[in-house]
Amino acid sequence: MDIFDTFFNVPVLIRTFPLLMSGLWITLQIGVVSIIAGLVIGLLLALVRLYAANWLQVIAKIYINFMRSIPLLVLLIIIYYALPFVGIRLSPFMSAVSALSLVSAAYTAEIFRAGIEAIPKGQFEASAALGLGYRNTMVDVILPQAIRIVIPPLTNNCINVMKDTALASVVAMPDLLKQATQAQALAANPSPLIGAAIIYVAFLWPLVAAVSKLERSYAKADQ
Amino acid sequence: MEGYISIRNLRKQFGNFTALHDVELEIAEGEVVCVIGPSGSGKSTLIRCINLLEPFQPESTITVGGTKVEAGRNLEKVRADVGMVFQSFNLFPHLTVLRNVMLAPMRVRGLSVPDAEKRARDLLTRVGIGEQADKYPGKLSGGQQQRVAIARALAMDPKVMLFDEPTSALDPEMVGEVLDVMKSLAGTGVTMVVVTHEMGFARQVADRVIFMDGGRVVEIGTPTQIFDTPQEQRTRNFLGAVLNH
Repeated sequence: MDIFDTFFNVPVLIRTFPLLMSGLWITLQIGVVSIIAGLVIGLLLALVRLYAANWLQVIAKIYINFMRSIPLLVLLIIIYYALPFVGIRLSPFMSAVSALSLVSAAYTAEIFRAGIEAIPKGQFEASAALGLGYRNTMVDVILPQAIRIVIPPLTNNCINVMKDTALASVVAMPDLLKQATQAQALAANPSPLIGAAIIYVAFLWPLVAAVSKLERSYAKADQ
Repeated sequence: MEGYISIRNLRKQFGNFTALHDVELEIAEGEVVCVIGPSGSGKSTLIRCINLLEPFQPESTITVGGTKVEAGRNLEKVRADVGMVFQSFNLFPHLTVLRNVMLAPMRVRGLSVPDAEKRARDLLTRVGIGEQADKYPGKLSGGQQQRVAIARALAMDPKVMLFDEPTSALDPEMVGEVLDVMKSLAGTGVTMVVVTHEMGFARQVADRVIFMDGGRVVEIGTPTQIFDTPQEQRTRNFLGAVLNH
């Protein structure tokens, strides 16, 4: 057996390809739902963290620090294996999405906060002086400017969420990694794992490249 | 006599530092008042209190057109009626010049897009930048940006215009074009409070000049009184320093 038969066994790859594709579909579903939920919750969390009543700000800050400190795998296992003891039973899909969104929201909140805080004070003052209320100030003036600043770090966060979807395999979610390990067992050959790795990289490489490109073009525009 | 803008017992603390000591000031409707004085004398802080960009001590009161300036329901109404022009322009960089001027009338006054656009184009023409309406602020010179900022404030049809050193950040050759717009505004019925270092403008356009120093109003009078026969030694020292060089 040479290295090609072991890791790049084409007949095995062809045979297990449909399995990997069904796994990829699940992975994309988990990733996209978690990213969108994380963005929405994260933006609200950032606004609470910056502008809400003091005690709410403290709660938001505790939430953010907690979610950034806890290992995602630990959180996922708690949600899937511990919550049923208090009557909360989530499906593997919901467990994975909950864990990923809760953590992604914390990172997203910090990214949005940094973006909003980077907007000069004069923009807030000009809005206030014109009589714009809080909602219009945010929607029409501050957030459109902050979005530009936060797109590269947000894209980075999306990449991390997509990669972390692989953890869903520990709660029996038939995602890309889980399907690959199963296919490996069935075929008695690790080529499906390599296939999965290639698929992850093929999907995320363009995103990684896009972040670099954005950062370069922003750096140029700011000169 | 109670003025259109009435400032009573105005105190402002920054921590232990008192920026304004018990300022009393009545400004009549349609009056043009210039505030002069050395840096750090509290001029900017004074006018920033009028629309509550700076919160002040609770025992102080400011009213504009009979409405108390305080946090809460009335504040957005006061601010909608009080325009402000900043030293650093503070245009919205992600919106075109036209959209900068249209935004607040649409959001605060509820104007339709065509009405807001017509109003914005008229105002931009009036301040001499009608043909730049579709550019972004970053493409304009400082003087042009400041004229857009004046048009943006005027689009709300304000009763009061506050100018916070509107020409201090401009290259010298652009000061004139902004002062000309401000001159054309004086006498149109809008009450103007102008913090400025342009003594020529103050002398020519102001109904009254206020000299401030150390967070206090030292002297108030007509331009002739302040510039030609100042009563206070501090006023004489300041004018001597800025006029004879």
